[in-house]
Amino acid sequence: MNAVRRGLGNGLVQAFLVVIGLVWLTPLAGLFVSSLRSAQDTAKGGWWTALTSPGQLSFDNYSALLKNAGMTQAFWNTVLISVPATVLVVVIAALAGYAFAWLDFPLREPLFLLVVALLVVPVQIGLLPVAKLFGALGLFGTIPGVVLFHVAYGLPFAVFLLRNYFAEMPKEMLEAARMDGGSEWRIFTRLVLPVGRPAIASLAIFQFLWVWNDMLVALLFADSSSQPLTVQLQSQIRQFGSNIDVLAPGAFLSLVVPVAVFFAFQRHFVQGVMAGSVK
Amino acid sequence: MTATTLTKEKGASPPPTASLADRARRLRRRGRVVALLFVFPALLLLGALVVYPVLFSVGRSFFDASGTRFVGGDNYTEMFRDPATLKAIRNTTIWVVVAPALLTGLGLILAVLVEKVRWATAFKLLLFMPMAVSFLAAGIIFRLAYDEDPNKGVLNAAAVSVHDAFEGTSSYPTARGRAERLTQDHDGSYVTASAASPGDTVALPMVGVLPKDLPKNAAPAHPAAGRKAAPGELRGVVYLDFTPGGGGTRDKVDRGESGLPGMKVEALSGGRTVASATTAADGSFRLAGLSAGSYTLKLPESNFAPPYQGISWLGPTLVTPAIIGAYLWIWTGFAMVLIGAGLSTLPRDALEAARMDGANEWQIFRRITVPLLAPVLTVVFVTLVINVMKVFDLVYIIAPGPVQEDATVLATQMWLVSFGGGNNQGLGSALGVLLLLLVIPAMVFNVRRFRRSQR
Repeated sequence: MNAVRRGLGNGLVQAFLVVIGLVWLTPLAGLFVSSLRSAQDTAKGGWWTALTSPGQLSFDNYSALLKNAGMTQAFWNTVLISVPATVLVVVIAALAGYAFAWLDFPLREPLFLLVVALLVVPVQIGLLPVAKLFGALGLFGTIPGVVLFHVAYGLPFAVFLLRNYFAEMPKEMLEAARMDGGSEWRIFTRLVLPVGRPAIASLAIFQFLWVWNDMLVALLFADSSSQPLTVQLQSQIRQFGSNIDVLAPGAFLSLVVPVAVFFAFQRHFVQGVMAGSVK
Repeated sequence: MTATTLTKEKGASPPPTASLADRARRLRRRGRVVALLFVFPALLLLGALVVYPVLFSVGRSFFDASGTRFVGGDNYTEMFRDPATLKAIRNTTIWVVVAPALLTGLGLILAVLVEKVRWATAFKLLLFMPMAVSFLAAGIIFRLAYDEDPNKGVLNAAAVSVHDAFEGTSSYPTARGRAERLTQDHDGSYVTASAASPGDTVALPMVGVLPKDLPKNAAPAHPAAGRKAAPGELRGVVYLDFTPGGGGTRDKVDRGESGLPGMKVEALSGGRTVASATTAADGSFRLAGLSAGSYTLKLPESNFAPPYQGISWLGPTLVTPAIIGAYLWIWTGFAMVLIGAGLSTLPRDALEAARMDGANEWQIFRRITVPLLAPVLTVVFVTLVINVMKVFDLVYIIAPGPVQEDATVLATQMWLVSFGGGNNQGLGSALGVLLLLLVIPAMVFNVRRFRRSQR
């Protein structure tokens, strides 16, 4: 009797989770099917009507997208922003993280507490002052400007994460390296970076994802020649219905990269997102 | 040769008077220089692009729109007077109250349930995946899903089919009865102007239906209109009193005039419904089993009700809950995975002991799991509160132009006021500072937790 009830309960749980899973999958499926239909078909009926008339589906939107100079430029810009912003954050934060963990310099403790405090500072508060600053420096509207802003606002979390990870290294390991006469730079590149690889991987994935998916920062700091995919797509939102043949494939293209990263590096991805969610 | 000895004498071998302590001090100074070189890039960027902007914004928030005149706290009082920013404050409050609690609850339930199935990993991956999707792409996805037209938006398509399954459909929202034969009641139904008796055949003329809106199976009503009724029954047709191409006679069933299928017809006697029927493809109906007497025929209002159009998701009242729904899609996986990680660290023997004592699953959940998970739940909740306060892209993308004002939150309002046409950088800075003030408890919490962990 009890076993029957438990079996029944388990069946209900399974059914419930299957329903939830389908609900979670449907929005993505809807976007993908929509991205394969013409704007006219979308104006006539929802994407599910295409499931019974597959003739509507074609890759025409995608080939049009690849011929659209603005779109390909925006895709390229997204890469040119995300990759340097990720590399720079990792390098700068690794240097600082090592110094905060193992080197001695004045104001080390208060400065690190400041970094911890900056963890939750919203980017909004930086928009206006940094825009003025970049205007004066000639960085406003350029890719380096967007990159620098992302690096600066990625640093508190990055330094925090790497400093804490490096601090866990056994002291004897570092002392042995120092006894062998290695310079700090040598110790950093030959010992600290390899040991810190898991944390660096999580950080890099989190930062890449954050920058790739950003719209707000680029909306302000990029101009029409340096804007990433998100901003380019956002500018077409006003005519949502008539631009759906650009918006749907564009959105799908923009999410394919981070979703691929997600599936390729599941563990680091989840750890990075978990650790970085304080941001 | 001499050169090497010279450098050796100057650099490596110190004069005998220089003690070991001196050497150590010099080394330490060198070490400090190296350390400062290591932290310099980070400190420069943080100082110039984070710390300085915070101070600048705080200062700027005490000046007027153009930044020339000191206005004290005016921008802060303005914030609570201006209807648009007040709306933003109200909506952000709704977000903070609703979204983190819902997400934590949903995450907890799913984390507990998913442990009971064998495909837990696949399920977690699926629910976590939206975390990789940008708010922009999620916004486009949900703009599509929330489309008000039930033919286009998947949510309203579902809402309408559920509604129609329970309530039925009405086919003729625009139809009107010919005034000579049918009079309209205040509730929208039509009744015949003159009474009919069993054995009669009645024609009920309607207008106002476009021929293209007729059901596909509609057939000409003329043949059925001539059919004789047997004793004890009432026959008739409900038809469209309009001849395509013109030339028909008013109130008469001409050849080529179409019947109206699917129309409900009721026979009333003394105000009570005694029989009812639904018209066939040619608009004919038959009300049988009637005793002698006079009856009024009624076309009830359900025939003419406007079709159910679903829910106005992106209208002014529902737009914020709708966007929160999209946010749930993105963040539920996060809450579930984090809570699941906490769940796996719970002491197994406590749960087993409770089971041995005969506690049921619900009691275990309420009395053991939730209290033990409280620290994890707090972390999830606090993290979500911080994130929810800054929500920007989703609102910016999902809310269509006209309802943007109804959906606005602090982050979008700050953007609109500073850059999106408002051009009031004084008020914009004040809104930025408000956002910062809201996260200060989290800042203090982080610093405290860190200091405690260092002891």
